[in-house]
Amino acid sequence: MNDQTLTPEERAASLKGMGSSRKRVEDVRFTQGKGNYVDDIKLDGMLFGDFVRSPYAHARVKSVNKEAALALPGVIAVLTAEDLSPLGLHWMPTLAGDKQMVLADGKVLFQGQEVAYVVAEDRYIAADAVELVEVDYEELPVLTDPFEALKSDVVLREDLEGQTEGAHGPRKHHNHIFTWEQGDKEATEAILAEADVVAEEMVYYHRTHPCPLETCGCVASMDKVTGKLTLYGTFQAPHAIRTVVSLISGIAEHNIRVISPDIGGGFGNKVGAYAGYVCSVVASIVTGQPVKWVEDRMENLMSTAFARDYWMQGKIAATKDGKITGLWCHTTADHGGFDACADPTKFPAGFMNICTGSYDIPTAYLAVDGVYTNKAPGGVAYRCSFRVTEAAYFIERMIEVLAIKLNMDAAELRRINFIKADQFPYQSALGWEYDSGDYHTAWDKALKAVDYEGLRAEQSQRIEDFKAGKTRKLLGIGLTHFTEIVGAGPVKNCDILGLGMFDSCEIRIHPTGSAIARLGTISQGQGHATTFAQIIASEIGLPADDITLEEGDTDTAPYGLGTYGSRSTPVAGAATAMAARKIRAKAQMIAAYLLEVHDNDVEWDVDRFAVKGAPERFKTMKEIAFAAYNQAIPGLEPGLEAVSYYDPPNMTYPFGAYICVMEIDVDTGEWDVRQFYALDDCGTRINPMIIEGQVHGGVTEALAIAMGQEIAYDEMGNVKTATLMDFFIPTAWETPNYTTDHTVTPSPHHPIGAKGVGESPNVGGVPAFSNAVHDAFRPFGLVQSHMPHDHWRIWKIANGLGMHG
Amino acid sequence: MIPAGFEYHRPGDIASAIGILQEYGDEARVIAGGHSLIPMMKLRMAEMGHLVDLQAINELKGVNVGADTVTLGAMVTQHELITHDGLGSAIPLIREAALQIADPQVRYAGTIGGNVANGDPGNDMPGLMQCLNATFELSGPDGTRSVAAREFYEAAYFTAREDEEILTRITIPVPGAGVGQAYEKQKRKIGDYATAAAAVMLGNGQASVAMTNLADTPVWSESASAALADGDVDGCVAAMLDAIDPVADNRGPVEFKKHVAAVMLRRAIARAQSRAS
Ligand SMILES: Cc1cc2nc3c(=O)[nH]c(=O)nc-3n(C[C@H](O)[C@H](O)[C@H](O)COP(=O)(O)OP(=O)(O)OC[C@H]3O[C@@H](n4cnc5c(N)ncnc54)[C@H](O)[C@@H]3O)c2cc1C
Repeated sequence: MNDQTLTPEERAASLKGMGSSRKRVEDVRFTQGKGNYVDDIKLDGMLFGDFVRSPYAHARVKSVNKEAALALPGVIAVLTAEDLSPLGLHWMPTLAGDKQMVLADGKVLFQGQEVAYVVAEDRYIAADAVELVEVDYEELPVLTDPFEALKSDVVLREDLEGQTEGAHGPRKHHNHIFTWEQGDKEATEAILAEADVVAEEMVYYHRTHPCPLETCGCVASMDKVTGKLTLYGTFQAPHAIRTVVSLISGIAEHNIRVISPDIGGGFGNKVGAYAGYVCSVVASIVTGQPVKWVEDRMENLMSTAFARDYWMQGKIAATKDGKITGLWCHTTADHGGFDACADPTKFPAGFMNICTGSYDIPTAYLAVDGVYTNKAPGGVAYRCSFRVTEAAYFIERMIEVLAIKLNMDAAELRRINFIKADQFPYQSALGWEYDSGDYHTAWDKALKAVDYEGLRAEQSQRIEDFKAGKTRKLLGIGLTHFTEIVGAGPVKNCDILGLGMFDSCEIRIHPTGSAIARLGTISQGQGHATTFAQIIASEIGLPADDITLEEGDTDTAPYGLGTYGSRSTPVAGAATAMAARKIRAKAQMIAAYLLEVHDNDVEWDVDRFAVKGAPERFKTMKEIAFAAYNQAIPGLEPGLEAVSYYDPPNMTYPFGAYICVMEIDVDTGEWDVRQFYALDDCGTRINPMIIEGQVHGGVTEALAIAMGQEIAYDEMGNVKTATLMDFFIPTAWETPNYTTDHTVTPSPHHPIGAKGVGESPNVGGVPAFSNAVHDAFRPFGLVQSHMPHDHWRIWKIANGLGMHG
Repeated sequence: MIPAGFEYHRPGDIASAIGILQEYGDEARVIAGGHSLIPMMKLRMAEMGHLVDLQAINELKGVNVGADTVTLGAMVTQHELITHDGLGSAIPLIREAALQIADPQVRYAGTIGGNVANGDPGNDMPGLMQCLNATFELSGPDGTRSVAAREFYEAAYFTAREDEEILTRITIPVPGAGVGQAYEKQKRKIGDYATAAAAVMLGNGQASVAMTNLADTPVWSESASAALADGDVDGCVAAMLDAIDPVADNRGPVEFKKHVAAVMLRRAIARAQSRAS
């Protein structure tokens, strides 16, 4: 077919640009087992590292005896804090302004903490040697409850003794980390004092874990000849890791190359820096050989970053007809033994101050106290922007609690409090400027799609049947309208370790009209190679199939802050569009030259520049690309490439309406999700199929979290859920069918109007499932009950409400 | 998750397998499907110098469905229990229970012998075998002996089997025509052991009930069975609740487990009744 016979629409469709459900290009290798993950990397002479870990949650380490381990043939070295301290590497800085032991320095603060690092010629020998290292521990009293910790005489962090000032202000107690306050305390308390109605509740979002399919790991390879360190790893932020490694090791940054190969899921777990990385680098420097370290599942669940663990005391004030007048929240945040929470520097509780949610709440106050306990450090954004899931869960529970207090329908209570479409950009009481939204439209669409009134009628009938002894199953309708804040973020207020949270894209057009683009982000399943090529395709009119996308190699990709917090599309996606526009601007000049008209006399038409008023006279992008390399064009440099570093003017605020219909067996606590409807508004939709996939995956994680997944400790600080037998990962059997839907409210400040979607389903899903459980029992008097809603906890609700006779 | 080193043996007949066990004593352990043993080895909770693989021993294989008894070789996989036609019609309860064990991958490898010899209170087959009044055949240096499933379990991971004995086959009386059977299991997800499970057989004036994962051994209760045979469901449940002794764990506290045990038992009884004629 000749180009000229195609309509503009047909030409646009053939590009597979934005809006196309283009198949994921990554899947060709993944579905054939041809991915290249860290553990697939094998280098000549590679050694293997493995950790001796503490069986105790709090203990003094009196001695470490390496002799028997070193005597085992094949063991090269056993590192302890003593070996690392001359290098100053026995501790490392955390992302939260605290420091963390790399190897136990005199004591351990959580079960599974790294005590010694064994290096051996073989993975099996390393595991055997771990058993042979003798550690003499003296057990200390264990604190697993943050409220207790704040009262206890037991000092967890002796290294901080006497330090009354932390990275985020004064410390009130030796186990206290920080207090973070937002909003207007006095005004909020005044409103609470005078309100018609105040609902008050403790909302606990339990500790859980991102548990990516691939655990954390790295291969460190120091080339003693070139002086260059190559570090392969499961890094969600490879460039930041390079800078951090340089700063803490003293190796010049140009001598460090960090490579994130294929990553088998991150969900926040792979943002931070771990002892395994530091020890592997040291071991490679010392031995001059590459050293591989890969966690096993139990190590991943016990020691690398957890998520949530927020105790959120809430008060919400309203008029008697349901108009919310104020919101108050005090959060006790359990950070474990070290504050290694992954948040932008100025936000020790992340963006928890998005907790006014989708509602026009004029006055609000939030305080967060961070606390040390004998649990693993972390506090990452598990498939959410920093602490946004906690915030969404909090407000969506408080709305339900208020509805109970007001004896109102929770859907209606939401509707009368939504920020209205004409209020955007909306200034929230806790300091954010919401970019765009149309909550009423989304809400009405969702309620209609599930026949909300019909469901309520069915539920009333069910309650009658239950009371009449005709059924033992209840019906719960879980509602959620969430608003996220993603795309961190503006360099003026967002940085990590001093690195501004911009992101980047570099595009090179090849002479024959194909291209390569490199970004500062790194895909872990999000499908960047598919979607970012689509952005470029739409912007410059080359087929997405002809655009290669590369990320994760710091020697080739432009600097960027990585992928987490739904920031790739809002930030790197914007950089991609901006870089493409620079290319298009140059292409316009080339086209004008070739067509022998003035620059302003050509106009863009899908995949070409055409002379205004004479559309039959045009140069396609392919022709322009070739000309860029074979013609001497006056006033223009040869070549066609561009780079953009994008500092977003604001965050983006995706939102959505989720509804879950759940059946609950009051005798066994078993649940069954009968229906799950997810409406997402992520602004401009780049690839609807990928969005749907992200929603399916994220809602499934939300199901897991709400209905059973937790990192639980006993009073000795032992992790009770360190294997997948006890840590709930749903199988296909437990996973419900989902109905996805959307509205489109573009972001006004983003070059293509996109907002990010990868995390919305986790953020919105958790309250939808939890609210369904609560809603089922609401008619029988339940107000609040903590997640996870596994069988016995649901049974306990029923039991507490006298349902077992 | 890396086991300690071991020597691997693959004998071709029962006698040589026993010989290896005799030679190495408690240093040796047999391995069947490995789906209970290997996880323990990887956790280094089971360490042994010698692993004796039973896969090459043909004498341990095969399902034999007779008029009065069914014989299962120890190495019959759980998958075979599900797909064997004759077995499905002779004793449908076995298939119903096997389908609720783990997931297809585990069932392709996991064996009936391993499941009953393991001694883990979480295993489903031991309670089922007690309900069905099966007999286990054990071969050792001193020959062969039979032990009733109802006599086999002593405590968690402790059974009547001696270290140098191999469980070779299981004989199960075929329940009479008209006997209703049901297996009811509550679990947290696919691939999980029971929170509580009940195996029930009843009909022709007789009944047998056993429960799983509610004590350190499977629980078959004579008085509960007798009560049910008399048609006294409440008495059966009360007797069973007396016999079980659950402990609190991640699946829930004791009072929850007792409640769920009663629910499972009642549901199994109701289903078995509906199937009895
Ligand atoms: C994820 C997962 C979920 C599971 N869920 C369930 C479940 O819900 N219900 C359930 O019942 N089981 C469950 N299992 C266990 C599974 O059914 C095992 O396969 C079974 O318990 C053991 O059988 P095996 O052939 O794998 O034995 P192995 O693991 O090889 O052996 C188990 C033990 O029995 C001994 N042994 C094996 N065969 C003999 C023999 N012939 N004579 C003497 N000793 C012998 C071994 O020495 C060992 O001590 C699960 C397993 C996994 C991995």
